[in-house]
Amino acid sequence: MGAVSIQGLSVSFPLPGGGWIDALSGIDLAIPEGGFCVALGASGCGKTTLLNCIAGFIAPSSGRILVAGREVSAPGADRGVVFQKHALLPWLSVWENVAFGPLLAGMKRAERRRLAEEKLALVGLAGFADRPVWTLSGGQQQRVGIARALAADPQVLLMDEPFAALDALTREAMQEHLLEVWAASGKTVFFITHGVEEALFLATEVVVMSPRPGRIVRRLPVSFGRRYLETRNARAVKSDPAFIALREEVLAEVRASARDGAGALA
Amino acid sequence: MSGEEAAARRSRPRAASASPTDRRPAAARNVFPDPRSAVAISIATTIALLLLWWAATEWRWIGPLFLPAPGVVFDRLVEGLARPIGDATLVGHAALSLFRVLSAFVLACLTAVPAGIAMGVSRVARGLLDPPIEFYRPLPPLAYLPLVVIWFGIDEAAKIVLIYLACFAPLALAARAGVRSVAPEQVNAALSLGATRAQLLRHVILPAALPEILTGMRIGLGFGWTTLVAAEMVAANVGLGQMVLNASNFLRTDLVVMGIVVIAAFAYAFDLLMRLAERRLVPWKGRM
Repeated sequence: MGAVSIQGLSVSFPLPGGGWIDALSGIDLAIPEGGFCVALGASGCGKTTLLNCIAGFIAPSSGRILVAGREVSAPGADRGVVFQKHALLPWLSVWENVAFGPLLAGMKRAERRRLAEEKLALVGLAGFADRPVWTLSGGQQQRVGIARALAADPQVLLMDEPFAALDALTREAMQEHLLEVWAASGKTVFFITHGVEEALFLATEVVVMSPRPGRIVRRLPVSFGRRYLETRNARAVKSDPAFIALREEVLAEVRASARDGAGALA
Repeated sequence: MSGEEAAARRSRPRAASASPTDRRPAAARNVFPDPRSAVAISIATTIALLLLWWAATEWRWIGPLFLPAPGVVFDRLVEGLARPIGDATLVGHAALSLFRVLSAFVLACLTAVPAGIAMGVSRVARGLLDPPIEFYRPLPPLAYLPLVVIWFGIDEAAKIVLIYLACFAPLALAARAGVRSVAPEQVNAALSLGATRAQLLRHVILPAALPEILTGMRIGLGFGWTTLVAAEMVAANVGLGQMVLNASNFLRTDLVVMGIVVIAAFAYAFDLLMRLAERRLVPWKGRM
């Protein structure tokens, strides 16, 4: 159903001074239904471009993307997006923002309200329903963005560094929260981060990306998230020697690829 | 207080504290835009200007033909309310001018906002509407007034059309700019929540453009009042602009100044109303 399949995807952008830059080159990636794929890499490695292609915001230069067996040609409600910058609508209240997808789908007001309150409780914002969104802190706004994506009940959840702007404590709580929501809903998730620890903790598969051209340099199946779901002890998982060893190994790799990319530019 | 504590206190950046002697701002957002109310300064300026006017006439720095005394102007205002000036009382003049400006303004809102939105979202509409608007926009209304009279006659229609044209361009351009102010992320968010093109327009683009549209309405209404006198130059017997023109023909500077003050007061009152609407309708402006 919600499986994502990316075949031979390349994306090039024209440069202002003429010529082209290869943002993505020859990406092949399969995310099984219910999988949690995390794209990890330094800035400029094409992670966000890849997400924008799956979302349908950018058309591939070559290759194709299938979601639930259908080729992606435009944005759609089957793929919910959580943006780096929340992208909320300030003229709507918190709950109206959360229930914006159901509004577009024609759901009745009372039902929308109930759904919004349910999703707000899920992201720890119960009691904020009637507040104007611009009175919320950045972290709270980001959580409203997550509740909004969940309320539209997409098959695939696309998350572009959703926790980057949060403080460390909230970020950890949100990571744990996301794993619980993911486990309960069975949704397919594609998640972008530049945090190695975050990637290893959340993913069922980590793909390490490298810039110029943006490509996948390593695929790493992991299961720390499942271990967290069994034990509900995040610190124990993250301080596990196996976790730490893998974290350092991947971190070295990300650093090296970022350096190579910089070298290629110079 | 120990010596160490005192030293720490001295070395603390002074900008963080707001002692009365420290005139440096507490934070960048207090520098620009300065959030403190300017009402007191505005009132002081007004009083100073009125005093200057009074002094200039009281001590005959300027003759009454060139500048009538404030008391005389006030007397004309009070008299005008009861007795006709020309063909109507001041109330009659004001009512007809208000009707002309407001009906032209409402017509402009109903047409210019959709036109501007269309220009913002559609290449075709932009291509169609840009040349005519940019052609007539910089022209002074007095320059095309004869054409408007020839086309629309000397009745109300011509006057309303002239004011309408003055309101239309700034409103349309503001609505067009408003569409541009929509964040691409907001559009993408709506699209990935399943919005159709019509829903995008209704639920995202229109509300996002509203702050700019309201600014355009303020500017447009201002242009409307500016054009009033020109509009009432032709075959009008009643109207504030006509009253001023007629008085100037007889060198009645007291009536001229009174008319100017009344027009300015109406224009200012409407601008205040628009600002109130702005605060009510777009409280998020500048906050996200």
